[in-house]
Amino acid sequence: MTSLYDEVSPAPAADVPTKRVTINVNGEARTVDVEPRLLLAHLLRQGLKLTGTHTGCDTTSCGTCTVLFDGRPVKSCTMLAVQADGHEVETVEGMSSASELHPVQEGFKQEHGLQCGYCTPGMMLAAKALLERNPDPTEDEVRWALSGNLCRCTGYQNIVKSVLWAAQKMRGQNPEA
Amino acid sequence: MYPSRFAYDAPSSLEEAIAILDAGGGEAKILAGGQSLIPMLKLRFAAPERLVDINSLPGLDYHRVDPDGTLRIGALCRHEDLEFSDKLDAFPTLAQAAALVADPIVRTRGTFVGSVCHADPQGDWAATMIALDGSIVAQGPNGRREIPMSDFVLGPFVNALAYNEIAVEAVIPAAKGTARGGYLKLERRVGDFATASVAVALDMDGDTVRRAGCALAGVGGRTIDANDAISVLVGKTLTDENIAAAAQAVAAAAEPRTDHRGSADYKRHIVETFVSRILTNISRSEQKAA
Repeated sequence: MTSLYDEVSPAPAADVPTKRVTINVNGEARTVDVEPRLLLAHLLRQGLKLTGTHTGCDTTSCGTCTVLFDGRPVKSCTMLAVQADGHEVETVEGMSSASELHPVQEGFKQEHGLQCGYCTPGMMLAAKALLERNPDPTEDEVRWALSGNLCRCTGYQNIVKSVLWAAQKMRGQNPEA
Repeated sequence: MYPSRFAYDAPSSLEEAIAILDAGGGEAKILAGGQSLIPMLKLRFAAPERLVDINSLPGLDYHRVDPDGTLRIGALCRHEDLEFSDKLDAFPTLAQAAALVADPIVRTRGTFVGSVCHADPQGDWAATMIALDGSIVAQGPNGRREIPMSDFVLGPFVNALAYNEIAVEAVIPAAKGTARGGYLKLERRVGDFATASVAVALDMDGDTVRRAGCALAGVGGRTIDANDAISVLVGKTLTDENIAAAAQAVAAAAEPRTDHRGSADYKRHIVETFVSRILTNISRSEQKAA
């Protein structure tokens, strides 16, 4: 079975010019040959099988494809894979270690920050980037930082709570107190 | 969606980038932040033969204020660099617009200069550049030239760059006197195209307006240059009466069309309200300071 995205294969036919790129994905150097028009989101999902990065609107609006590029959030459907050569990319798969969730992930669990879960990877990465810059954000600042990520289930309330929960935890406070 | 095929270069020097553009004979296109270009490639509104990715070019990610007060913004200065900048105290119009461009994630990647070059009639930065009387520095095989904003945007999505030129810097002159200004935008949700937005920039001498600049986005087939309209304020103080006259003059310069974002009358009304609101805020802060 082929999907829409398989039409621009991460490993294209021999007569298509490709570029060899090495991208540090979740701390691991990955070397792949990509056609220049391949989008980063498609390389992650189809080429590297990191399907935690979702694609939603495909028009730079919804933010579910958000990944961290050199630590800053970007919409991976709006970047070429070839542009990531020599850079660091973090996806939702890189957030937790084998035994421990990232505090942002824990926050989403504790505060019920997801319903269908489709927007969640992008939300969590945008939130992680926010907390790295601003460890003690106000509710408004959280809403502002997540305004490029759409959620159609929750009404955002619990997502905001989840991020504030994670902020407290990361500051060494007890979010349950 | 995915773009049609193109060749890709990521040159490491400006000279090399210009040489590639020159050799491309008009079929090569610059890729900077890509937050407008890549969506257009995916929709196949654009299908260049070659992309010249300038993200590896060194020394273009700056924005700085010269000793004479001129603000210079390099081609790789991202929107968020301006949003979080501490150098925009003397450029309130830009400081207010910075947080309203697209959405926070697009702002990490998109560039000021790229947005101006894109010449989208809805673009925020082109409006601020017109209100602030800015210019664009273009570099080509024969050196550099500075293009005033009034000559830079030729029409929707069309700029004055030659095929072998790169816009390397935006230049915004220092205010003559005290810089005051603001930027307001009405959008249905964050990241949507503006229903209407208004950029106002004033140079004040005490409580008298020395220069007034204004431009509008979203209310016409191009960025509306309302500098003439708002010049009714020059030589005057910001009284309620003068503010109302200026707001009406600017609203008359708008060319809104009725669409799914609102009726033409509604958009014109928003423009008038926004101009009045920005000027009233300036007037109040002047009174507080006095």
